Amino acid sequence: MTFEYAPAPESRSVVDIDSSYGLFINGEFVEPASNTFLKTINPATEEVLSEVAEAGKADVDAAVQAARKAYNKTWSKMAGKDRAKYIFRIARLIQERSRELAVLETLDNGKPIRESRDVDIPLVAAHFFYHAGWADKLEFAGYGPDPKSLGVAAQVIPWNFPLLMLAWKIAPALACGNTVVLKPAETTPLTALAFADICQQADLPPGVVNIITGAGETGRMLVEHPDVNKVAFTGSTEVGKAIQRAVAGTDKKLTLELGGKAANIVFDDAPVDQAIEGIVNGIYFNQGHVCCAGSRLLLQESIAEEVIDALKRRLGTLRLGDPLDKNTDIGAINSRMQLNKIEELTKSGEDEGAERWSPNCPIPDKGFWFPPTVFTNVTQAHRIAREEIFGPVLSVLTFRTPEEAVEKANNTPFGLSTGIWTDKGSRILWMANKVRSGIVWANTFNRFDPTSPFGGYKESGFGREGGVQGLGAYLHVEDPS
Amino acid sequence: MSRVDVRKTHKLFIGGAFPRSESGRTYEVNDAKGEFIANVAQASRKDARDAVLAGRAAFAKWSTATAYNRGQVLYRIAEVMEGRRDQFIAEIEQGEGLSTKKAAAAVDAAIDRWVWYAGWADKYAQAIGNTNPVAGPFFNFSTPEPTGVVAAVAPQDHSILGLVSVIAPIITTGNAVIVMPSPSAPIPAITLAECLATSDVPGGVVNILTGAPAEVMPWLAEHADVNALDLTGIVDESVAAELERQAAGTVKRVQAPRSGADWMSPPSLDRMRSFVETKTVWLPVGI
Repeated sequence: MTFEYAPAPESRSVVDIDSSYGLFINGEFVEPASNTFLKTINPATEEVLSEVAEAGKADVDAAVQAARKAYNKTWSKMAGKDRAKYIFRIARLIQERSRELAVLETLDNGKPIRESRDVDIPLVAAHFFYHAGWADKLEFAGYGPDPKSLGVAAQVIPWNFPLLMLAWKIAPALACGNTVVLKPAETTPLTALAFADICQQADLPPGVVNIITGAGETGRMLVEHPDVNKVAFTGSTEVGKAIQRAVAGTDKKLTLELGGKAANIVFDDAPVDQAIEGIVNGIYFNQGHVCCAGSRLLLQESIAEEVIDALKRRLGTLRLGDPLDKNTDIGAINSRMQLNKIEELTKSGEDEGAERWSPNCPIPDKGFWFPPTVFTNVTQAHRIAREEIFGPVLSVLTFRTPEEAVEKANNTPFGLSTGIWTDKGSRILWMANKVRSGIVWANTFNRFDPTSPFGGYKESGFGREGGVQGLGAYLHVEDPS
Repeated sequence: MSRVDVRKTHKLFIGGAFPRSESGRTYEVNDAKGEFIANVAQASRKDARDAVLAGRAAFAKWSTATAYNRGQVLYRIAEVMEGRRDQFIAEIEQGEGLSTKKAAAAVDAAIDRWVWYAGWADKYAQAIGNTNPVAGPFFNFSTPEPTGVVAAVAPQDHSILGLVSVIAPIITTGNAVIVMPSPSAPIPAITLAECLATSDVPGGVVNILTGAPAEVMPWLAEHADVNALDLTGIVDESVAAELERQAAGTVKRVQAPRSGADWMSPPSLDRMRSFVETKTVWLPVGI
């Protein structure tokens, strides 16, 4: 039985996009010294939304200088309780403007409005709210009686959760007393620029937050700038490694949140309907553009067939299309480049002998799209079982014993997250002890909360974001030498 | 000719409503110079029992609200109080005879205290809870949970800062409270009740009984549905000792009197720890 859905598009009249944006440096928007601009498009329609500055060397210098000055003169001297009030203001402004931010995020990123409205933006507000409270309580965080801030933080974030990644970076940095220069991803700069406006509305002292747009080169100049004390990066493992090399030999404190190839492990006693929802949420949430996505489904052999059948049935009901439509489950792939990467890797899956399946789902004429895809007959040697695809593509493998599930789950250079589905509580904890990943979700998947540290083992990066542990990334926690 | 002002009736705050005392009694409140300010409701035993009922009913909802939600509600109290800043300052000047500057400092500190505790709502469990590395194939963790309904006496001096400093930690951790404000300067407490009533704090989470603690507190100390006593504002040691003896009847937790405390200095986790229970949950680990 198929349901007919009438279109239910969210209105975009709530957003007001300028035709061109400068850089947000020292509390105001300025034209870039580089005088170069990048276009940002709606990936669902390929319509140009706006053009944003591409910061050059002089612009990066100016932003770091503004952050340094704000650090020295204002922010590092301000009482924690006053920093807290500014961050609380930001949290409230985000709540007040949540609808606008959700629509803007969906336009620029391509993710379904249901996700930007119900997941991204509420988490953004929550992240600022939680960290606001830490600003005057750092002595209780377990880092000593008077933990000190680091200075200027250079932060480079990805395009998959643009404003949420901004929140994960900026909220703890400000709470701990640092100032910030942040570069959003080149394909998703608009909500970061809206955030700059929020900083102005909050009367945040100039220079405490600086937003510079640009591409990879801008990011490289920012993290390599000699006057930054902290580098925080979320993105690909490849770029993360380059940043670790670049930062090597300096005093810069580094945190990296990189790729993943999470195992989502389903035992034969798992509640299947619940597990199916978890599998779908694990890999098709946000078009699979999720570093902790459950991209490797490990099924206990005895239930593999049943689960795959149920999964295929469920995928047949997913709706792909207009991200602004409130009924849409799968939005647009964020960029042509990412679409090419997904296509290349899925082709390798077929070439290497795995069996490919997608539901019969119509693809819009314009924009970048990829249907939800499942590969069966996958072996651990296949590229689709080893490499991060960062798209709506699931590779299914099987196992017989819990020990074998652990072996397979850990057989990856990554270690960001793991999912475990079983009715047996003791097995959840046994498995959780054995898997080498920073997050373990049991009978759920893709849960995020500002109180809970997020981050990976191995090549998924180091350092944590969120919770008490996340504060350590923005404080001097080492013994004085 | 100057305008004739409209004067307020000062009532109790129980279950989110503003009833007069069931007893029909009021008492005269004077300013620092002895001039009449208002007749204020004088709570009775029955009012106290009504407040316990309201507190118990509210506890179910408040204690199970998410910590994030509680934090936002507490922050909202600060937002609403900020809008009444001038009113609080005037009331404290009048009631306590303080200079405008000192009264303003007390009000600002009281508002900021809500902000401070708002931030704790989703953090205190991280500061005072933990996992325990037990020897054996088990995983366990200990988390704080609210004690229940707390009956409190606010400091006699510091009519607003002392009152907020007593209420905030009790409700931050998810308890409900019945609090008796300073009998000599209760006016700011009524204004605070009006802030609470418009701050998304569920009715019954905070109940404010103006009147004589010496008369009302013994009933609360003996009440079987009260879980804890906060005797912060009790000055007379023998009264405190007697209340503590009465509390033993149902093994109430008791926070000792703190007369002469410096309310302007930054608080610690101490008051939040006083009204939480620690729950340890054991789980087996194995295939």
